[in-house]
Amino acid sequence: MATFSAPKIVSSRKDFDDSHTLSRYLETGGYVALKKALGMFPEKVAAEVDAASLLGRGGAGFPAGRKWSMLRRSPISYLVVNGDESEPATFKDHYLVERDPHQLIEGVVIAAYALQVSQAFIFLRGEFALGLERVQQAVNDAYAHGALGSKIFGSDFSLDIVVHPGAGAYICGEETALIEALEGKRGFPRIKPPFFPAVTGLYGEPTVVNNVETMSNLPWIVNNGGAAFAALGEGRSTGTRLFALAGRVKNPGVYEVEMVKNTFRDLIYDPQFGGGLIDDKKIKAFIPGGVSAPWFGPDLLDLPLGQDEVAEKGSMLGSGSVVVLDEDSCVVRATWRITKFFSRESCGQCTPCREGSGWIERAMYRIEHGGGRLEDLDLLLDLCDNISPGLLWPPQQTTICVLGPSIPSSVNSAISMFRNEFIAHIEHGGCPHD
Amino acid sequence: MSHFQNDLRKRAEDLVALYPVKRSAMLPLLHLAQEQDGYLSEEGITEVAQLVGTSEAEVRGTAAFYDMFHLEPVGKYVVGICTNIACLLAGGEELLEHATKKLGCAVGGTSSDGLFTLEETECLADCDIAPVVQVNHRYVRTTTPDAFDAMIEEVRDGKRESEIPSHGTLIRVRRSSGLQAPREEIAAQRATAQAAREARAAKEQK
Repeated sequence: MATFSAPKIVSSRKDFDDSHTLSRYLETGGYVALKKALGMFPEKVAAEVDAASLLGRGGAGFPAGRKWSMLRRSPISYLVVNGDESEPATFKDHYLVERDPHQLIEGVVIAAYALQVSQAFIFLRGEFALGLERVQQAVNDAYAHGALGSKIFGSDFSLDIVVHPGAGAYICGEETALIEALEGKRGFPRIKPPFFPAVTGLYGEPTVVNNVETMSNLPWIVNNGGAAFAALGEGRSTGTRLFALAGRVKNPGVYEVEMVKNTFRDLIYDPQFGGGLIDDKKIKAFIPGGVSAPWFGPDLLDLPLGQDEVAEKGSMLGSGSVVVLDEDSCVVRATWRITKFFSRESCGQCTPCREGSGWIERAMYRIEHGGGRLEDLDLLLDLCDNISPGLLWPPQQTTICVLGPSIPSSVNSAISMFRNEFIAHIEHGGCPHD
Repeated sequence: MSHFQNDLRKRAEDLVALYPVKRSAMLPLLHLAQEQDGYLSEEGITEVAQLVGTSEAEVRGTAAFYDMFHLEPVGKYVVGICTNIACLLAGGEELLEHATKKLGCAVGGTSSDGLFTLEETECLADCDIAPVVQVNHRYVRTTTPDAFDAMIEEVRDGKRESEIPSHGTLIRVRRSSGLQAPREEIAAQRATAQAAREARAAKEQK
């Protein structure tokens, strides 16, 4: 049974049509947390975030507090917010920037205060035209309200936020590629080490890059304390999280769910969330955390929505997007489309990813559209193995960034779970669903 | 003579001033150049190169990396239809196929009246209303062929102009001010805060 006892931490204004305006934000407790934070020592604010054990909500799930502590002794730094939400079927940050931009800004000012940073950038993907306008308007209103700019709310703390539009490139969600784009270059991920922008970030200076949802949690954490946040959820997965549910369900949408306390079955079937599959069809498979994640079958529906719980079963909660395939969905077509995406979005720096993604996409295409050969199945797995040796989870990496090792996830899952469907395509000379 | 007309040059200079390093303004400036010309013209690229202090080749090379920048003229309205996983499961391919007929052009092409350019896009992060359609990066939320056709007619008749500006215009809300946090003061503050932090840390260690 789904549980609904947890408070809405980041989506509390979901029912208001004007949730993006300053007046609504102020009426619903906005900027109270910031005033409270400005009365605390910066490291005390950071300690609350540490106590909340807030895991980054971008995809990698790295603890935000630890990311910050790497930076705390560095004198000059930037805060960059990653709003380049592009992982297919992920649309939770879209909700947050368009519907609650002041919550994001308040979170950014709190984080900047904790880190003692005076310049922050909010990087939003360029396709969010309305989101860009809403966040820019909210930034303007925040300056006018005294919540941004020089001597915020009469304190000694000053901060500028610049809203920076991307221009259409999935890879810019990778934090070092995002920094390159912010420096006005092609979005090429940087060679590691150094692994973290906290060491060498924007303009070579220490930089923290945090996801939109991570930032949006901060006002609540400051208001209620890190312990109250950590009391929600279980184990390492604390608090609530936004899940973007898509695919063959009756009610796709963004749902705020307490971590671990609910399962994939709750999210997909509960009437308050997904409401079950369209036409009450049977579920064939689901993707638990964006198309970079290996797939799960119906046997894992009762798995809790927790980072470690999903990792133990060989996948990831990733960006919090769950895609449902029903009994009639063609897994070959779905896999082909996912590999086409990676092939198109590979930045081209590393050979295994650049060449491998295109080769896999072409082999997948011919299986789906006619001309596939039985030996293509071994070829596909071999190509995957060349990109990510051993096809392990977490994946081995032969490339600069994790886009490469994300490619085999769906291919390997689909072939191992639905080999017969691939064979049926090959024997049929194309897609039997057509 | 500036290629950027009216207040565009001023807006461009204001943007450059927001960044510690000029080149950071590259993507915002390319969006501005596209706002004026509808695509990245030679003159637009030259102007951006001059504004960020780099070569035209660098600007062109950077722009070519990003899907939203067009190096050739496009229609007044760029229609993007997503066929990625969530939209695929909701009939995105079929809607894209329908759009080629409605607009009378292939994917990547422009309608004969020059008004519409059709693109197959990757995920646009609005997957609960799939298949996702954007016109000039505004979500129009038409998921059926009939709704799509009606929307196209409205756009053609100029009924959606307030909501969907011409291609290239991305952010209509202007930033209200330049940077306000005083730089020297911040440097001094940082030094004071650093000293205070170290003093507190030393105290805690005792």
